[in-house]
Amino acid sequence: MNLPVTSFLLYLDGVSVAFDGFRAINSLALTILPGEMRAIIGPNGAGKTTMMDIITGKTKPDTGDVLFNGSVDLTRLDEAAIANLGIGRKFQKPTVFEMHTVEDNLRLALKADRRVFSTLFWKDSESERGKINRILATIRLEHLRDASAANLSHGQKQWLEIGMLLAQDPKLLLVDEPVAGMTDAETEATAHLLKEIAKDHSVIVVEHDMAFVRELGVKVTVLHEGSVLAEGPLDTVSADPRVIEVYLGR
Amino acid sequence: MITQAILARLDLRGRLFLGAILAALVLVPVLNLVVPAGSPFHVPTWLVSLLGKYLCYAILALALDLVWGYCGILSLGHGAFFALGGYAMGMYLMRQIGTRGVYGHPVLPDFMVFLNWKELPWFWYGFDMFPFALLMVFLAPGILAFVFGWFAFRSRVTGVYLSIITQALTYALMLAFFRNDMGFGGNNGLTDFKDIVGFPVQAQGTRVALFALTLIALAGSYILARAIVTSKAGKVLVAVRDAESRTRFLGFRVERYKLFVFTLSAMMAGLAGALYVPQVGIINPSEFAPGNSIEVVIWVAVGGRGTLVGAAIGAILVNFAKTTFTTGALAPYWLFALGGLFVLTTLYMPKGVIGTYAEWREKRRERATLAAHAASKPAE
Repeated sequence: MNLPVTSFLLYLDGVSVAFDGFRAINSLALTILPGEMRAIIGPNGAGKTTMMDIITGKTKPDTGDVLFNGSVDLTRLDEAAIANLGIGRKFQKPTVFEMHTVEDNLRLALKADRRVFSTLFWKDSESERGKINRILATIRLEHLRDASAANLSHGQKQWLEIGMLLAQDPKLLLVDEPVAGMTDAETEATAHLLKEIAKDHSVIVVEHDMAFVRELGVKVTVLHEGSVLAEGPLDTVSADPRVIEVYLGR
Repeated sequence: MITQAILARLDLRGRLFLGAILAALVLVPVLNLVVPAGSPFHVPTWLVSLLGKYLCYAILALALDLVWGYCGILSLGHGAFFALGGYAMGMYLMRQIGTRGVYGHPVLPDFMVFLNWKELPWFWYGFDMFPFALLMVFLAPGILAFVFGWFAFRSRVTGVYLSIITQALTYALMLAFFRNDMGFGGNNGLTDFKDIVGFPVQAQGTRVALFALTLIALAGSYILARAIVTSKAGKVLVAVRDAESRTRFLGFRVERYKLFVFTLSAMMAGLAGALYVPQVGIINPSEFAPGNSIEVVIWVAVGGRGTLVGAAIGAILVNFAKTTFTTGALAPYWLFALGGLFVLTTLYMPKGVIGTYAEWREKRRERATLAAHAASKPAE
């Protein structure tokens, strides 16, 4: 079971899931290489969020294989176990811990022993503080370190959540609509930030904003009705008549 | 060094709270034992026991605030853990009666003789030894909470559904304890206590000592709860309360954190119950009544949810009001007053007494800073 079956970091094949008869994901196949950054686009209801739910253990697929690191079967694990394997997720709607400060949000996310008694007797350390400072600098929230997360602007919350992903230091980051509701300047800064992150992490970005996807300049997968419609560079994909049809309607 | 470590975890509010406990620990015994009965400063023994009862409720409220205020688990069954701790203590006290009971049986408590039982049921074994009974004070509620929580939290039962099954739990226990053949004294419960660790329960000195022990238990429970909520695990608990699934995606096993805090809180409630029984002199199944557990929620809400100190103060305030109301002409209206209090608190003081006071002070400070700014402007 521990022998690698594939050399892909993430391997989905023949994955299907139905909710009350509606097939949200329909024999989906998708592979991500170690170190790769991938953008996933698709119209509403294409199954993008459901796909993320399956990878992170929130939803169990009816059929199909979901393998991480070549050998680990993700369909048998729950959310916490998958997170601890090294898969981090940023939600479409920014979800940070509003009652905690920006710094505490990062501290909770920081890669560490997650067991009850270790966190109970956990002590602040110099190296942890250093990591938090570096992340605060990366996401440009140094001046808001002690602010409560509830008081952040929408864009700042998005960044804080990306910062929490960085703190987790996962092997694979799933980022759902990171620039929804952002200004143009913020969008550009976010693209820059994600490109930085992609240097030493594998990243899957789900996004509606075409300008943003173009900015990222990575391989694109188009989802439609729960399966892959097209895959390749953005220009090739957006010239595909089937993709145009799906996006513009008949 | 330990004192320093404790003080470092406390804010001003906590220090004031512990200071008040320390003052009561010195004052009340002195005013009762040393000041003569004729003096206006004398605290009568009945009042000492009444205050002791309030303090037991304060510990119970603190226990509930730990799970509700910090982890979002609205337990409507904490009265059950309180009662179980009380029964464990009551069983010890029953076995201390010995031949002094009405029937004079050396081993069997009166109600068992009355029911024509010939032998002590197995679950009464060991309760003649105080250390064993003390262990059970923590274990009985602790094990129940652990088993209950294990299934409930694993199946991800949350919110209203969890509250309802905690109500069902305490209701089921009440019905069970009402039955004579359960072996816990049926609807009369356990009473007629004589001694506790060799001291007569009714004696003035014992009552003052029990009061002092309850104060110490309250301080200890507070320090423990405070240490938990200020630790990193406490931050995880708040994270679970505010965004449970997010916490899971960060890799925390939410159900284990809930189980930990729920079990600990149940044991704290058990301790409160154990201190309550010798001071009140009786424990019966009505302590399991669902309404009791709901009352605890009102105490915490009135005092201020998620503040610990507020929960304790709320318990004392509401119970003081209850004693005042239910002993006069207003007695029939007490439940209306309690219900009204809960509605008014929820509507106009959602942060409770402590939270509202903190907010008011914060606003006043802000206004003072603004005023200072305004005053310094013309000078520039």
